Order: sequence, then C-alpha cells, then structure tokens
Amino acid sequence: MTFNTFLRHLRVGFNSIFRNGWMSVASVTSIVVSLFVLGVFIILVLNVNALADKADKQVQISAYLNLNVDQKLREKVQNEISAMPEVSKVQFVSKEQGLTDFRNSMGDEGKELLEGFGKDNNPLPDKIMVEVIEPTTVPFVAQKIEALNTSHTEQPIMKVKYGKGTIETLFKVTRLVRNIGFIFVAGLAVMSMFLISNTIRVTILARRREISIMKLVGATNYFIRWPFFVEGTLIGLIGSVITVALLFVGYDRLAASIGSDFTLQMSLLPLSQLWQWGGLLIVLGVLIGMWGTTLSIRKFLKV
Amino acid sequence: MNEVIEMQDVWKTYQNGTHALQGVSVKIDRNEFVYVVGPSGAGKSTFMKLIYREEVPTKGQISVNGFNIGKLKQRKIPYVRRNIGVIFQDFRLLPTLSAYENVAFAMEVIEAPKRQMKKRVMEVLELVGLKSKAARLPAQMSGGEQQRIAIARAIVNNPAVIIADEPTGNLDPETSWGIMQLLDEINFRGTTIVMATHNKEIVNTMRKRVIAIEHGSIVRDQQRGEYGYDF
Ligand SMILES: Nc1ncnc2c1ncn2[C@@H]1O[C@H](COP(=O)(O)OP(=O)(O)OP(=O)(O)O)[C@@H](O)[C@H]1O
Ligand SMILES: [Mg+2]
Repeated sequence: MTFNTFLRHLRVGFNSIFRNGWMSVASVTSIVVSLFVLGVFIILVLNVNALADKADKQVQISAYLNLNVDQKLREKVQNEISAMPEVSKVQFVSKEQGLTDFRNSMGDEGKELLEGFGKDNNPLPDKIMVEVIEPTTVPFVAQKIEALNTSHTEQPIMKVKYGKGTIETLFKVTRLVRNIGFIFVAGLAVMSMFLISNTIRVTILARRREISIMKLVGATNYFIRWPFFVEGTLIGLIGSVITVALLFVGYDRLAASIGSDFTLQMSLLPLSQLWQWGGLLIVLGVLIGMWGTTLSIRKFLKV
Repeated sequence: MNEVIEMQDVWKTYQNGTHALQGVSVKIDRNEFVYVVGPSGAGKSTFMKLIYREEVPTKGQISVNGFNIGKLKQRKIPYVRRNIGVIFQDFRLLPTLSAYENVAFAMEVIEAPKRQMKKRVMEVLELVGLKSKAARLPAQMSGGEQQRIAIARAIVNNPAVIIADEPTGNLDPETSWGIMQLLDEINFRGTTIVMATHNKEIVNTMRKRVIAIEHGSIVRDQQRGEYGYDF
C-alpha cells in the first residue's frame, strides 16, 4: 500500500463517519456506554481489591490456647505453626501480656471494668499471634491451626479467630462484582459490535455502486475493505477515548469531592494507578470496532 | 499467440437453470473490433460478462490476455480486470465525483503513482474531447458526454481490451456516431474492442467483424459483416 493510498483510505473512512451521522453517533454512544460500565466495574474492583489488601495486612490470626497447655506443648505448637509455609510471623502473647494490652486498649473506662482482674484472677487465655505471607490464605491457615488439635493427645487449641467477617465478605463482594460486571459488559460489548456492524452495513449499501465500479476497474479486495476498517476502528477509538476521558474526569471529581473525608480518600486509588486500565479500554474499543466491521464485511461485502 | 480472447466450448447456465450460452468457441485477435449482435436474451451480455469475469463459465475454457480466467483464483481477478476496460449503456459514473475525479478514480483504485495520474487523466480527457469540462459533475453533462467520460475511465489504465455492452443504447443517433468514432480511434491506437449492440445502422455502416448469437450459440461470424436483423 502506498502512502497516498493509505491517506485515501483514512479520508474515505473518516468522511463516511460524518456522512452516516446518527448511525455513527449511535455506534459511538453504544461503545461509550458499554466501556463506561466496564470502566466503572474495573475501578470498583481495583478499589475493593486495594481495600481488601489493606484490611488483610492488619489481619492476624489469634490462636487461643487451652488453659492446661504447658510451656513444652505450647512451644511445640508454636514451632509447628512456624513451620507452615504460608506463615510469616509467630508471636506468643501470654495471658498477663494480653490483659495489659486489653487494659491499655480500653482506656479509662476499661480500667474500672477490669478492676477485679489481676495476676491470680485472669480470665484471658494465652494466645499465639500468627501472620501470613498471602492474605488470601488466612482462612486456610486458620483451619490448619485448628487441625493441630487432632495431632496431639491433649488438645492445645481452644479457639482460632481472625477477621473472618471482613475478609471473606470483601472477597465475596469482589468476586461478585467481577462476575456480574463481566456478564453485563460482555452483553454490552456484543451490542456495540452489532451497532457498529450495522453502521458499516449502511456505508456498504450506500457505496454499492462505487464498490461495483471499483471492482470493475480492478481494485483489490483489500483496497475495497480498508476504508470500512478505518471507519469501524475510528468509531471504536472515538468511543473509547470519550469513555476514558469521562471516567478519569469523573473519578478525579469524585476523589476531590470526598477529599475532606480523610479515611475515605486514603482508600481511593490514585488516578496514576489507573492509566494502564484506560489504555486497556481504548484497545478494547478499537477491537470492538474492528470486530463489528469484520462482521458486516463478511456478510455484506462479497468482494 | 496473437489472440487476446479465446473461448473453447463455453457453457453458461445460470442458477435458475437458464442456459444463456451453449458451447461457444471463438478467438478474437489483438487489435480487432468485433460487434456482438443478436436478439434480446440471446446471451450477448452473458458472453461479455464471462470475458470480464463478472460471471464464471459453467463449463469450458476462457483466456483473456494470457490469463486462464476460468481457473482464476479469487484474489487474482482484480489484476485480470486491469487489462479490461468496460463500458455500459447506463455509463455507471459516480454522481458525486467530477468528470476528472471519475476518471482518476480508476487510477487511484489500482494505486497508480500520483505523479502519473494527473498527466494521464488529462491526456484521456483530451482524447475524448472533454478536457474543458473536467470539473463538471455527471449531472451537469449530456448523455453523450457522460459516455465519453465512461470511455475515458475505461481506457485510462491502458487495457488490452475494451468490452462495451450497448454503449450507444441510451444515446441519440448523432451522439452515437460521435461515440463510435471515438471507439474506432481507440481501436486504431491498438486496443481490442468487443461491443454488443442493437444498432443496425452503425454495424452496417462502420463495417467490422460481426459475431451473431442466438439462443446462446454463435450462429454467424463474418469479417466486415452486417447486422442481419430487422430490429
Ligand atoms: N443473472 C442472471 N440470472 C439468471 N438468468 C439470467 C441472468 N442474466 C441473464 N439471464 C438470462 O440469460 C439469458 C441471456 O441473457 P443476456 O443478458 O446475456 O442476453 P442479451 O443477449 O444481453 O439480451 P439483451 O439484448 O436484451 O441485452 C436470458 O434468458 C436472461 O434472462
Ligand atoms: Mg444485454
């Protein structure tokens, strides 16, 4: 393809976007809608993931020991937990230490409440604090620790606790958002593809005469197809660029408007971490445009 | 090898079962001018369409300018078409393009270098006598002028053969003669011309080879022949 030919394809494809007027607007709009929804889902998932990540970092497993556990058994259990490959840190907290920590965490009111408790009268059990390398393994490691009871004649573990609620809900929410979003977006993407293919069809029909003359004077199939590809791809590109602009501006505004709420803003990912996803949306828009074109070229342009 | 077009026992049956051509064999030499005559529905247009590969033969061999076009791969067709200029009675110009652009379109489409394009387009517009109307749209020209533009477009890429299916079919007698003189001139310059026509006066005056087709078969093939029908 010569450079002049390339320019010609660009010009012809570009012009027909304007010639098709409302059809093009509908196609671009459908791309914007589907990619926008996809973008919102991506941003949501990314933020929820980041939130989950942050929450996980604070989560530890507390393994409470039975009262009859002596030091020898306790150290053995501690070693066994340390030996688990998922575990990064193990720390023993005696019940005395636990009571002090508890007191401190309760503040002034707690002092009164915990008055009666002391060295000889301590309601708290000993515990082992466990941290894991990979947050998602928390429930699994907790199970493993609980299972230690079966491998010892004297059951050492009274209870295992971790931030069960938050973590699992967060993961569930992310998964759900991801799945629903995926189905929804796939549907919308298919719709955009058909709208684009319809726009291209209109172009093809409007140019039937031109195409037949092109064929008669010896145009190659590539030459005939190129402008349609340009048109479809441009529609995809325009739609996705608009979408990314909307998303980023909207996100920026959102971040700014809740800026006063310090904690919330801390949990919103900075825009700089979303750029590559904007790139992905644009690539996707272009692909949808190309696919739509291919569909109608195959059907309506028997070259 | 001096023949530009050769058909050997060519049959064409359309999808609906119409036998449009039945065992046609013919040779047309380089530089010949051939009239194809015959009653309506005899198979003249089908004969022409097989040459420029608008239709494929059901049976038989066709070669055009050395290409065996019966066995031609789909993607080779454009390159064969570049050896063939086609002209129709309805001109088939693009209404939104000027005369100049309509002719240039044929060069653009085969990706001719831009430098050559302008020169060559003006050259053929001069040949057809419409250099001064290069900027006009088809709607701003007479039928005869439009057909001249179509002829200019057909010859702009220097084809070996021109296929003209009733090129004077929509034109009055005087204009028709103008077109015939132009085609004769193009033929004189070395292009083979195959022309289907119902114009008795032209065939009988401008004497050329005449091939008569009836019911899908060649029934007559004469040098300097005559029209031979009363319609
Ligand atoms: N695409 C087609 N499908 C089916 N039948 C066709 C097709 N084209 C032509 N025919 C039939 O084939 C026969 C020959 O048609 P053709 O167009 O070649 O005739 P013609 O000699 O050019 O006639 P005319 O002088 O009226 O132009 C006719 O019976 C016609 O109805
Ligand atoms: Mg005909």
